[in-house]
Amino acid sequence: MIFKLIGKAAIVAMAIVSLKSHASLEIVITEGVDTARPVAIVPFTFVGQNQPTQNISQIVAADLMRSGKFNPVNVMRMPQQPQNSSQFNAAAWSKTGIEAVVMGTVKEVGLDRYTISYELVDVVKANGGVGQPMMTSSGRLVAGNNHILHSSEITIAGKLFRQYAHRMSDVIYEKLTGERGAFSTKIAYVLVRDKQEYRYQLVVADYDGENEQVLLRAKEPLMSPTWSPDGTKLAYVTFERKQSQIYIQDVYTARRSILTSFKGINSAPVWSPDGRKMAMTLSKDGNTEIYVMDIASKNLAKLTNHRAIDTEPNWSPDSQSIIFTSERGGNPQLYSVDINTKATTRVTFEGEMNLAGKFTPNGQAIVMVNRTNGQYNIARMDRTTRQMQVLTRTYLDESPSIAPNGSMIIYSTLHGSSQVLALVSMDGRFKARLPAANGRVKSPAWSPFL
Amino acid sequence: MNLNKVLKGLLVAVPVLTLAACSSNNETDAGDANANTNAPVQAVDQGMSDAEQLRQQLEALRQQNTIYFDFDKSAIRPEFASVLDAHAAFLRARTTVSVTVEGHTDARGTPEYNIALGERRAQSVQSYLENLGVAAGQMSVVSYGEEKPVDAGNTEDAFAKNRRAVLVY
Repeated sequence: MIFKLIGKAAIVAMAIVSLKSHASLEIVITEGVDTARPVAIVPFTFVGQNQPTQNISQIVAADLMRSGKFNPVNVMRMPQQPQNSSQFNAAAWSKTGIEAVVMGTVKEVGLDRYTISYELVDVVKANGGVGQPMMTSSGRLVAGNNHILHSSEITIAGKLFRQYAHRMSDVIYEKLTGERGAFSTKIAYVLVRDKQEYRYQLVVADYDGENEQVLLRAKEPLMSPTWSPDGTKLAYVTFERKQSQIYIQDVYTARRSILTSFKGINSAPVWSPDGRKMAMTLSKDGNTEIYVMDIASKNLAKLTNHRAIDTEPNWSPDSQSIIFTSERGGNPQLYSVDINTKATTRVTFEGEMNLAGKFTPNGQAIVMVNRTNGQYNIARMDRTTRQMQVLTRTYLDESPSIAPNGSMIIYSTLHGSSQVLALVSMDGRFKARLPAANGRVKSPAWSPFL
Repeated sequence: MNLNKVLKGLLVAVPVLTLAACSSNNETDAGDANANTNAPVQAVDQGMSDAEQLRQQLEALRQQNTIYFDFDKSAIRPEFASVLDAHAAFLRARTTVSVTVEGHTDARGTPEYNIALGERRAQSVQSYLENLGVAAGQMSVVSYGEEKPVDAGNTEDAFAKNRRAVLVY
């Protein structure tokens, strides 16, 4: 039975590998730029004949702006446009309130070969630190160069510019915040185009919506994509055989295989942090329960046993417990079950419902869908203080997924009459929307660090 | 005795549904003999091949194949008893016919929770039919949760239309 299914699945998969999609998600920032730290990304100086198509400094500026933590200022606000730190006029920048400056050059060194060099300068340190007098009257260089937070040089092909720009953003973000950047990550999501025969598409794109690739097209619904911890595979739910089944698909080769096809629901897969196990919801015994499957042996362990709906498992970062949604208390709330003892405790009490709980990467908070006064919004609960904060004001929010550095949540929401993706920072201050040009977008899943 | 019941059920099922489809009032008494006399389908019953009769019965049943639910609930509302009685009578008489009960929800809540809720709804239709004597082997359930709305709108009206179980032959 399973064997036969795999054979058929392989045929389906071959028809649908890696086609380019044209539904580019464009990020529209809706709230929170005013609270971000001002920085300057000086347009990089180009030396050579053939301009590369991608503009490095623009990509970096867009990344930093989308993080919600930085506000890259307009060129008009820059007192000068230095190419490197020796041209940097510390005194001039100190008056602008701009905290850090990125400057650099792109030099053509061969056929489609470019040397990119850049520096990141801390404006306050360049002026001798807070409250300290400047060391030279010209305002040029202070002794030493500890104001240069980072400098780097690399030679690459033009087609790698975008990828390298995201790596630059990662470095700059980490130098300025102390937290790892998540600009080189991807998101997986489901795109629904109601008028097409294969109306459901599983898509993977860079975190900023660029480089979209369709991994799968299907006539029947696709649900719950989720990344393997090493970022090479996705697990998801299909209905291609007129019942729910869990598949695993390699993101790079597009090869896929069936994981479960039990009678009833096969739903909500999520990899364990070590990548060896998959937590999931099955109703093979008549009732939805949380199970953990050893992926290699396919051995199943049942974690819950209750006549109420139990679903949406999510692993704690230490792998010792799983939170899940259960309506055993009368309406859906989050519970936690210990992997070893199976001891179960209720986690949420505030609000009419709480669903789809996700641990933050550091394990200190849980992000969820909260229903209060009939409104479904993304909320975050601190696990120590138990304080709950509703982060969004959008409509019918669902499917929250957290960036691997814990800075941002991507989720699905209703905007106008269409389902779109939206971003909110972990503190709720920064908000943005990623509307698809064509179709409904749902079930976003943020990749791990790649 | 038992056979008699089955036969009666078979005759009754189609006419009742036809009536229900014509009027906005719900016909609740499936056993009411008077309800049958005016039924248009019964007149052509004579001399019809079994295959044709089955086709007509299925056509009638498909007119009334949807059960609606309250928000976040899976209990069968009393107004749908007659519809389910008719399907049960048909399935008891036609033991070779099988039916898939599809469970659906509105867009509120999360997709994964709604898959479970949709299954609850389909299961509650299944056990209702089982209690009316339909063999478990004739029925299967599948939940599509919020993935296949009949009305893509986001009004209360659209939500109500989407909270449903559908009997698919």
